[in-house]
Amino acid sequence: MPIFRDREYLRVELEKSQDESLWMQCKACGELVFKRRVRENNNICPNCGEYFFLTAPERIESLIDEGTFVDISQPIVAGDPLGFVDSKPYPERIEAVQERTGLPSAILIATAEMDEMAVLMAVMDFRFVGGSMGSVVGEQMCYGMEQAMERGIPFILISSSGGARIQEGMYSLMQMAKTAAVRERLAARHVPFISVMAYPTTGGVQASIASLGDIIIAERGALIGFAGRRVIRDTTGEDLPANFQTDTFAFERGFIDRVVNRENLRGELIHVVRFFQRAEKRD
Amino acid sequence: MSDERTLDLLEAKIRELQELNKIDGMDLHAEITKLEAKLEDLRVALYADLSDWDRVKIARHAKRPYACDYFENVFTDFYELHGDRFAGDDRALVTGLARLDNKPVVVMGQQKGRSTEENKERFFGMPRPQGYRKAQRILRLAERFDLPVISLVDTAGAYPGLESESGNIGGAIAQNLALMSHLRVPIVVCVVGEGGSGGALAIGVGDRILMLENATFSVISPEGAAAILWKDKERIREAAEALQLTAGKLLELGLIDEVIPEPLGGAHKDWPSVFESVRTALIRHIDQMESIPRDQLVESRYLRYRGIGEFRTLAEA
Repeated sequence: MPIFRDREYLRVELEKSQDESLWMQCKACGELVFKRRVRENNNICPNCGEYFFLTAPERIESLIDEGTFVDISQPIVAGDPLGFVDSKPYPERIEAVQERTGLPSAILIATAEMDEMAVLMAVMDFRFVGGSMGSVVGEQMCYGMEQAMERGIPFILISSSGGARIQEGMYSLMQMAKTAAVRERLAARHVPFISVMAYPTTGGVQASIASLGDIIIAERGALIGFAGRRVIRDTTGEDLPANFQTDTFAFERGFIDRVVNRENLRGELIHVVRFFQRAEKRD
Repeated sequence: MSDERTLDLLEAKIRELQELNKIDGMDLHAEITKLEAKLEDLRVALYADLSDWDRVKIARHAKRPYACDYFENVFTDFYELHGDRFAGDDRALVTGLARLDNKPVVVMGQQKGRSTEENKERFFGMPRPQGYRKAQRILRLAERFDLPVISLVDTAGAYPGLESESGNIGGAIAQNLALMSHLRVPIVVCVVGEGGSGGALAIGVGDRILMLENATFSVISPEGAAAILWKDKERIREAAEALQLTAGKLLELGLIDEVIPEPLGGAHKDWPSVFESVRTALIRHIDQMESIPRDQLVESRYLRYRGIGEFRTLAEA
């Protein structure tokens, strides 16, 4: 059943039927596992516990009360302000990835309920040009925060992004400043902001909005950092530890509040949302 | 710009002739004048049509004035302040008190080294978390005493290394962005050399964004873009064009407010004239903002950033 509001440009259905095979191989343990079992298990390998990648719709489905999803994303899609062409023109790249993912952009903005409490959710999808943040992602995030303020409900961002979108040049870089600016308004209005860092939360997204949550939770297995391994090695020649930029690396150094297993994420978010609901009632 | 070598050769030749001219009995004036005219023509031709990649190279030129050169020559009474009060003092990001046209201001900027030794100390002008946290401390100080902030951007980016990542460089940049977005004093940013990605933007949020003519500001270096998007490190020229990272193009896109002209060939050719141009521009912008009520200033800055973005709006179905 499609849980997304029916819009011409946005036809997202949770049941993706393009892939007909019933079995998949786990990239970690190599075991052939039954796809439906994996899906029912929060996309975690039933054999070894490896996390498979979650799309934005799957992520939302895994967190919210059934049937409470309302897509409130702005009806916008990427422009091509620089007329950018690398191996192909940027608009063609966008069209191809829209076709492949069924998503208009790398982020979905939604209202939903979690244990009957209203929340505003911004969920990124790594399949969409690496979840990169260009004008659309930045705008949707800001719109999401503004809606959270207007409705007086917590803002939950689930990041899965390689960073700024190169093809929109300086417009992308500026989204870092833009999202940080709107985040300040959210703080001034005492609207709770819970930032969930999923695999991966890196580059311009880690160096802006994702690191500005009141509470920052990493999903186990997340990659968290600013500069990539390759860049660091090319620039400094440093040997990097095996746990570099992992969830534990970030946790041990105090970047994040908690590391949470996927199956516990909904429960922990509900706990935090409920806490702030009570905290608000007190004043 | 291999053609610059032709200019150098010609200049050397002229100097040689001038030396000979001093020797009794030789009159080479006519010859020298001819060569000088030719030199000027060549110089104009060479610099009139700079490619974006040429400008990247000028922005990175080793003889270009750096932040401290501006602090010493555009301002008076520059008084450096050190340390983030926690992890250390990052020499890649210099902060301090100064006077501009005799008015007190707070200054900050990334500082590259002139020698191997100095570059070691200054991490080639690439700040680590303690640099950005020092900037935060100085920004708060500026706000407390209602002092305008002048921030000079010149970095290839935040320092990419184990130490930076261990100190949450991304988090430090994010906090700077949030702080600068609502700081209750005027902020004038001037990109004087390289504006390299998040590490540049971290001290690059303000009410006025100025750029020197040959400065660049980009989401990624042309080298990085070539490697990632073209999978070919040789295609840096193409990448430099595509990224639209020059001052002129960013002004056209409406992302910056003003381009400060440089002398022919670049800022390294004539420091005093660059200092004068930068000084004049900074004074003008600071003066313009002096009387704006702080609420209005912060609101305008907010609206400026809130409005950045280019996308297509689809009709509701």
